[in-house]
Amino acid sequence: MASGILVVCEHEDGAPKKTAYELLSKARSLAAELGGDVSAVVIGSANAANLGEYGASVVYTADGSEFSSDGTGSWASALAAAIVEADPAVVLGAASVDIRSAFPRLAVRIGAGMASDCTDLFIQDGVLIARRPMYAGKAFADVSISSSVALYSVRPNSFPGAAPVGGSATVSPLSVSHSEAELASKIVGVEAPKSETIDLTEANLIVSGGRPVDSSENFDRLIRPLAEALGATVGASRAAVDAGYAPHNEQVGQTGKVVNPSLYIAAAISGAIQHLAGMRTSRVIVAINKNPEAPIFQHATYGIVGDIFEICPLLTEEAKRQGIGR
Amino acid sequence: MKVGVCIKRVPGSDSRINVGDDAQGPDLADVGWEVNPYDSFALEEALQLQESGAASDVVVFTVCGPEGDAKIRDALAIGKRGKCGASKAVRLDDPAFAGSDAIGVARILAAAVKKEGIDMVIAGKQSIDGDSAQVPAMMAEILGWPSVCEVTDLEVDGSAIKAWRAAGSGKREVVALSLPCVITADKGLNTPRYPTLPGIMAAKRKPIEVVDAGALGLDTSTVGASAALVTVAKWSPPPARPQGRILEGDASAVVAELITLLRDEAKVL
Ligand SMILES: Cc1cc2nc3c(=O)[nH]c(=O)nc-3n(C[C@H](O)[C@H](O)[C@H](O)COP(=O)(O)OP(=O)(O)OC[C@H]3O[C@@H](n4cnc5c(N)ncnc54)[C@H](O)[C@@H]3O)c2cc1C
Ligand SMILES: Nc1ncnc2c1ncn2[C@@H]1O[C@H](COP(=O)(O)O)[C@@H](O)[C@H]1O
Repeated sequence: MASGILVVCEHEDGAPKKTAYELLSKARSLAAELGGDVSAVVIGSANAANLGEYGASVVYTADGSEFSSDGTGSWASALAAAIVEADPAVVLGAASVDIRSAFPRLAVRIGAGMASDCTDLFIQDGVLIARRPMYAGKAFADVSISSSVALYSVRPNSFPGAAPVGGSATVSPLSVSHSEAELASKIVGVEAPKSETIDLTEANLIVSGGRPVDSSENFDRLIRPLAEALGATVGASRAAVDAGYAPHNEQVGQTGKVVNPSLYIAAAISGAIQHLAGMRTSRVIVAINKNPEAPIFQHATYGIVGDIFEICPLLTEEAKRQGIGR
Repeated sequence: MKVGVCIKRVPGSDSRINVGDDAQGPDLADVGWEVNPYDSFALEEALQLQESGAASDVVVFTVCGPEGDAKIRDALAIGKRGKCGASKAVRLDDPAFAGSDAIGVARILAAAVKKEGIDMVIAGKQSIDGDSAQVPAMMAEILGWPSVCEVTDLEVDGSAIKAWRAAGSGKREVVALSLPCVITADKGLNTPRYPTLPGIMAAKRKPIEVVDAGALGLDTSTVGASAALVTVAKWSPPPARPQGRILEGDASAVVAELITLLRDEAKVL
């Protein structure tokens, strides 16, 4: 009988990502109610053993050379192999590009139902319920899955990552066989970004600029320094991206990234419904806008009615003066 | 190369979605409908492949009732004069399809794609109603084809394909694959065109074939509500946000107050 929770722990250059700790913490509390063990699976070369300190009793590893270069289909095979070994009732992964690519294939392969981009997981009458935004966050659906194994991808920053509990894990290497279709696609190159940044979807602090920033030079002059002073990641509205002031991968919203930070600062962003789609679950929203009627103020925790050309440099100075972001 | 494009009709991105107090699904009676924005990127890419000679034919697929025809016509209307865009649409419609979850929709589309002899499927990365981002990769798995999701650049050279996708931390990965395959389109892939008047006229003459489970040879016990593994138990409106606070006064005082509030009250710095 399938029981327990398997957590897909992603890592960056061998170090587990914040999402791995978030999911392990949540898995521990869910397993306490549902019964069964928490196990983890790590794909590629990473420090797997220390995940035991965060509650995983077994860490399954898939560390063949194919995993150093290929993240499209073969993840599904590795995860399928881990599921055979762990026999879990629940599989959790972060809503990352690799999971978004692999989980649907995995779902078909093992006959599992899947819920995407969940923002909460809880137990009701003994059944695991996933709460997930639909219609770009205009409605929330409580979803249940009837298959014996169920897959959930979870929006980053949905759960706090707990401190280590001090256990130790058995590390168990998987033997993975790949389907021909998977081997037919291969990552042949990685283009590095201009600067090393935290991915927007995982960022805890975000400063976004809108169309009135008016040029990429002004993004460099107003928005990026403020983000740097706060230790934040830069985002942008679609209007700013389409005008060429910021790159596509910085767009937040319906046709951009969906973000879930503790703090989202919207600088000269009107708060169009498609922008809200990408950031409305942010814990604290700050709006800086010179129009007191701008819709963004209806969603803001704190608002400043003012001109970004005046406010942003002052904020940057003040953040530096108070030693924020250090 | 024959390219299939998957298109879904969804409530417009600017529509208000109201969830009733009875926790039932959203009331969609008054929403305006659009082609899912990501599907517009998919269609545009297919049409560009056709115009460059890489694709011989483009066929549009949708799982929908007759209410979808207006949006299908919009899709059929896009393209250059002379090279007139998608040649036809296939609307997959059967009472047995009602209530399908993502795997069900993927089974229906995969069967249709096979029947039409498609070599490459381009779909949207995500539908903006269900927001599931599952159907295309599921379709690829059912077909036994490779898939690349969230593609922002595509190169086709005969049957050799290169697809660029955003990985974490601002990186971009280049994935090489061969036909047949499934690609999902992200914003940035291209700039979709709008239908033109001659295109709209031409689209009126293009066929919309309606295909049911029988014609697909699909076992109806594998689709529809009874086969769905994922069900919505309850709906709710987005959680209400606490009343916000507008900070007033001299700019430098307000800025200092904001930093203090973020650090000491909200505890986010
Ligand atoms: C299908 C579809 C998908 C979309 N997807 C997205 C998406 O993913 N993300 C997204 O952001 N948008 C998206 N949009 C676009 C969205 O509808 C808005 O057009 C866009 O968000 C507006 O960007 P903005 O707020 O930067 O610009 P504007 O609408 O121009 O607003 C600028 C705001 O700044 C204020 N302002 C002006 N000057 C100053 C100043 N000096 N100081 C302070 N405040 C100032 C103004 O009062 C105004 O509120 C989408 C639209 C569609 C149709
Ligand atoms: N009912 C449908 N008909 C045609 N294509 C669909 C349908 N549902 C999903 N798709 C395709 O799959 C993509 C992702 O959808 P989803 O998995 O629902 O988020 C969409 O952008 C469409 O290209």
